[in-house]
Amino acid sequence: MAKIEKGSWVEIKQVVLQPEERARNLPEDTKQTPYVMRMSGFLTADAELGDTVTIRSLIGREHEGTLVTLNPSYSHSFGPTMAELLHIGIDEEAK
Amino acid sequence: MSQHDNSYAAVMARSNEIMKASVGMDYDDYVISPIAFDYERMMRDTGYTHAEIVKIQSETKVGNTPLFELKRLTEAVRKISEPGKGARILLKDEAANASGSFKARRAALSVFEAARKGFKGVVAATSGNYGAAVASQANQRDLKCIVIQEVFDSRGVGQPEIIEKGRKCEAYGAEVIKLTVGPELFYIHLLTLEQTGFFNASLYTPFGIRGVETLGTEIAEEVRIRYGKDPDAVIITHAGGGNLTGTARGLLAAGADKTRIVACSVDLSGLHMASDTDFNKKSFTTGHTGFGVPFATWPDRADVPRNAARSMRYMDEYQLVTQGEVFFVTELLTKLEGIERGPAGNTSLTAAITMARQMDRDQIVVVQETEYTGAGKHHNSQLSFARENGIKVYVGDPAENVPGKTIVLPERLDQVRGKAQDLESLKLSYLRNAARRHPVQAWTDADISFLAQDIKSTPEWVRANLPTD
Repeated sequence: MAKIEKGSWVEIKQVVLQPEERARNLPEDTKQTPYVMRMSGFLTADAELGDTVTIRSLIGREHEGTLVTLNPSYSHSFGPTMAELLHIGIDEEAK
Repeated sequence: MSQHDNSYAAVMARSNEIMKASVGMDYDDYVISPIAFDYERMMRDTGYTHAEIVKIQSETKVGNTPLFELKRLTEAVRKISEPGKGARILLKDEAANASGSFKARRAALSVFEAARKGFKGVVAATSGNYGAAVASQANQRDLKCIVIQEVFDSRGVGQPEIIEKGRKCEAYGAEVIKLTVGPELFYIHLLTLEQTGFFNASLYTPFGIRGVETLGTEIAEEVRIRYGKDPDAVIITHAGGGNLTGTARGLLAAGADKTRIVACSVDLSGLHMASDTDFNKKSFTTGHTGFGVPFATWPDRADVPRNAARSMRYMDEYQLVTQGEVFFVTELLTKLEGIERGPAGNTSLTAAITMARQMDRDQIVVVQETEYTGAGKHHNSQLSFARENGIKVYVGDPAENVPGKTIVLPERLDQVRGKAQDLESLKLSYLRNAARRHPVQAWTDADISFLAQDIKSTPEWVRANLPTD
């Protein structure tokens, strides 16, 4: 696997609580799943995906976790056009 | 237990001491009993005058937002109303605050207080606009900021709106801790406060609420100047209760004591807020009944020992709207009024349509917030995401809306009806919640007086409606 260089912007993942360690009174579906944290930061040493690494966050705190993504990005959008919305406010009956 | 035991149980057990250190105030000073406390003294002890809050907010690009008259929307409502009906609809454009929402008002005072007390940073636990607001204010006061968000389900999938809110926090340079679904967010919150020694910029401290009071006074003052009277009703999107509490207190401080305080939430009944599978079936991440009802019927469930946001103290009415109605009205605002704003902020605008129809033409109804919009925080993003997640989206009768199953966009404005939530049943539910924390047999006159004030009622009404089990 390709080496990811120290200083790269990456995302880590960490299981915070296993299902059996979680709060009581959770709904059945949530109870089955571990409690997971993800966080982005700068890698503090060369590593590969899947390694346990340390990152430095934007405010300088260090966090440990499994390296899951190189250069995590935001790709949320306006989504595919919902034609139903386009009719609102232009058709006389919708006013 | 040692300070270094970071297990769930150990950290939760240290909750009180962590809170005390991180808010810089001792809630025990105000406690009267397990249910009652001296609310007004706690609010006064923040120590800020109204003028000081205005000044603090103006230093960091908060407040004095435009109040727009929505002329074409008012006309459209009058066309579908009975003769003589159709109140004038005004909109307070809170998207104009730094970071794009009214939450900047809450953040401004908290962050100022943190800086004044010498904290090096602030922590906010929120998936809402508040995170960006705290991050934006922290930048301006040169403090570090950590935002703790519930972002995704166990598949790693997140709602476009929450993803956008996380992006915005990171854009401001905050550390964003992104979590899966569950109430254990509070555990991470406590742990983070303890590890950093940062200020707890909770939404529910007296600072968070007093910061919103300026919104209420601005509305009262501007409506008086422009229309020569007080607003007849102010509609406030309601979730945790801070928006309503702060705005109502501001209106009262300005002397607008006849103005009706109307809460509004998106009806998401039937969806469980801590459910991993329901998480991505809702198109609203806040301003909905999943927070609005529990926080109204028992405010002290927040991340501070005693919640300064106490909506039932001020609420005169509570309107519910459907997701489809809010999306319809968001689109209509864009087309008729020429402004694009985020759907979550338009929740109260949706209830304003119903209210204005029932009110006289010479009356004034004020919608007290908007929020910014953009990729993710947009009704098209939300609706397309809903459809991808198996929700049926169609045009029809909004009465067919079923949270988690269908989103029905109204065909016409006259189908935007909303519905009234029964306030009396909420008050009874509040009393039952109080009884769960402190048995009715132990309630003193002071308790009953507190409870009556806390739900805008009388001690006689409380005594006549004591929970029986």
